Amino acid sequence: MTATVTSGLPGVSGPAATPTAPAFDLRSFLHGLPGVDKVGVEARAAALGTRSIKTTAKAHAIDLAIRMVDLTTLEGADTPGKVRALSAKALRPDPADPTCPRVAAVCVYPAMVPFAAEVLAGSGVHLASVATAFPSGQAPLDVKLADTRDAVAAGADEIDMVISRGAFLSGRYDDVFAEIVAVKQACGPAHLKVILETGELGTYDNVRRASWLAMLAGADFIKTSTGKVPVAATLPVTLIMLEAVRDFRAQHGRQIGVKPAGGIKTTKDAMKYLVMVNETVGADWLDPDWFRFGASSLLNDLLMQRTKLTTGHYAGPDYFTLD
Amino acid sequence: MFEYAPAPESRSLVDLAPSYGLFIDGSFDPPSADGGVFKTVNPASEEVLAEVASAGPQDVDRAVAAARRAFGPWSALPGAERAKYLFRIARIIQERSRELAVLESLDNGKPIRESRDVDLPLVAAHFFYYAGWADKLRYAGFGPDPRPLGVAAQVIPWNFPLLMLAWKIAPALACGNTVVLKPAETTPLSALFFADICRQAELPPGVVNILTGAGDTGRLLVEHPGVDKVAFTGSTEVGRQIARAVAGTRKRVGLELGGKAANIVFDDAPIDQAVEGIVNGIFFNQGHVCCAGSRLLVQESVYDEVLAALKRRMATLRVGDPLDKNTDIGAINSAAQLERIRALSEVGDAEGAQRWSPACELPEHGYWFAPTIFTGVTQAHRIAREEIFGPVLSILTFRTPAEAIEKANNTPYGLSAGVWTEKGSRILAVADKLRAGVVWANTFNKFDPTSPFGGYKESGYGREGGRHGLEAYLA
Repeated sequence: MTATVTSGLPGVSGPAATPTAPAFDLRSFLHGLPGVDKVGVEARAAALGTRSIKTTAKAHAIDLAIRMVDLTTLEGADTPGKVRALSAKALRPDPADPTCPRVAAVCVYPAMVPFAAEVLAGSGVHLASVATAFPSGQAPLDVKLADTRDAVAAGADEIDMVISRGAFLSGRYDDVFAEIVAVKQACGPAHLKVILETGELGTYDNVRRASWLAMLAGADFIKTSTGKVPVAATLPVTLIMLEAVRDFRAQHGRQIGVKPAGGIKTTKDAMKYLVMVNETVGADWLDPDWFRFGASSLLNDLLMQRTKLTTGHYAGPDYFTLD
Repeated sequence: MFEYAPAPESRSLVDLAPSYGLFIDGSFDPPSADGGVFKTVNPASEEVLAEVASAGPQDVDRAVAAARRAFGPWSALPGAERAKYLFRIARIIQERSRELAVLESLDNGKPIRESRDVDLPLVAAHFFYYAGWADKLRYAGFGPDPRPLGVAAQVIPWNFPLLMLAWKIAPALACGNTVVLKPAETTPLSALFFADICRQAELPPGVVNILTGAGDTGRLLVEHPGVDKVAFTGSTEVGRQIARAVAGTRKRVGLELGGKAANIVFDDAPIDQAVEGIVNGIFFNQGHVCCAGSRLLVQESVYDEVLAALKRRMATLRVGDPLDKNTDIGAINSAAQLERIRALSEVGDAEGAQRWSPACELPEHGYWFAPTIFTGVTQAHRIAREEIFGPVLSILTFRTPAEAIEKANNTPYGLSAGVWTEKGSRILAVADKLRAGVVWANTFNKFDPTSPFGGYKESGYGREGGRHGLEAYLA
């Protein structure tokens, strides 16, 4: 650490002023990606949102969406009791209808993992945990890694990490990259979902760059949001991420999953996302292994719509379990 | 897999009569002895929708005379009074928009997604926009006391039947003119429904007259000595005949004709959005768009990437029942047009261009043509020079901005063009050099009543829309 003297160039000083070769490459690669036209991407997302999904297509889509839900509780007030209840719901979303499929995973804070694991063990429902100083990501790397290892040790087989938006926005792509690589290593056999927190990235170009950065660093999934900032998942942002995983597979041969999270509350919304997946990346991604909904309130609306389709009438909220 | 179930809009929204007369002086009349009748069909099924009158010489005389009688009192109304009628028409169009959208899709073959989401909102918007001008004409920049011209003869095409009607009728009425309008013979129905809307709005009789019929009716109308202004949208060939017919008369004329627009994709373009723009540019309305981006110019350095993305996107286009809400591409408007598209595509094959279409099943009945691209096209190919007016895209390449501009301008037409680049300075520099009435940057086929539209060279003359659109109807 000798390079603490200023380089003499305005605005360039300190260790960061001496770019290593990989850092330079990463920056030029990310900034060389095709741009995103805001008006165009929003128009395309809106157009996909007008597709009409009815009858058999709707029944199929609702079951698929239920199978894609990461049933989530991420509150300061979470307790073992709450987490056990949620996990029980994941196994039997609709106690009145045994044909109702299970959700993809339960998603909880690291401290809550053991209680969910008790209920989910051997069920095939995945157990996801938000490690790495969720939701701000503002903690030293060793803390994040310890958080990750603990969650995996306690039984999580999926880790949802947040990137350091501060590092990303200040252009320290190399740091973000290294952090993802380190967390991926700490995950061991667990799947890594990288949360970009797109609501804080500011531009669609940044969403595309962050998506590629995460994929290059080894993410198994890229995820929009923590659900803890005002702007969470949106259709245009998800469209850009889908285009990114599509192009990444074409170039690198590796398929990456996508998870919009936060703010998706209704069956109608979920249908729009499924249509977007269908028409952007195709059937290969229409599977819980490759597309997930990070949602807590979506499931009950899906269950209500499902009941409407099978029985012909709507049942009130009291006919569905709270969590 | 995720198969969308059929989601058709209800046909019962439209109450079609077995036959329709001519709308002259506020009432529907059967054609005179020298007129006749013809049938209009649904191009998606070839089913006959209704029988429609074909106006003969006496009918044209009567319609022009009715418009002349109505002109005096209509033009003498204060602008604010004329505006009330236009606003009323605009609101009725909005109220009846679902019915009109279904009707337009039935008669034209365009997907309901477009008639519902594009055509009808724009139709209403044009009436609202020109209603707003009716009492402000002296502030439009055409002198302190601009006057209407008189009786306007308007002949419109079949690609956007109701929208072209709105482009023609709204500014004419706002300026105090009266009109005799002839819709295309394959798509007369929405104009007849519009006649009903005029009655519903209690528009004075004779202000709007609708004559249905084929080319002969149009010729009689355009050549009628009682007409003060001719407005035509359609083919360059017919436009030439009209220009000849009105040459030497006192008639004013506006022509909005064909096009062979260049859609230029530079290597720094937002590729995913550019592909959407290419698709929208040529497959919107089955390519039945005079300003369609039918000539794609791609910079060689991104050619492979753009072509692969375009093919992938085209494979998701859904061709079929126009009334299905999930349909992207509907039917070709007529057997004759389908024949023309086929013939020109075969010319493309014969000249050595490579044809490609995604796998798609076309319905058994009706007139259909799969979305098609031709690669390996050069400026020397006929498919790069002639307007096909169908879902057929010719793809050419270029190396430098200067070459792109040269190729884009190397056409007898000049209606529209598109530029795709992330670089703002390049947009301005290139747009400035393109000889086209409209240049879209990072978008395509976007219309707005406030924006003037019209061509250079063989794409016609005069402007419609916006403040400029008033000039065509004011002395």
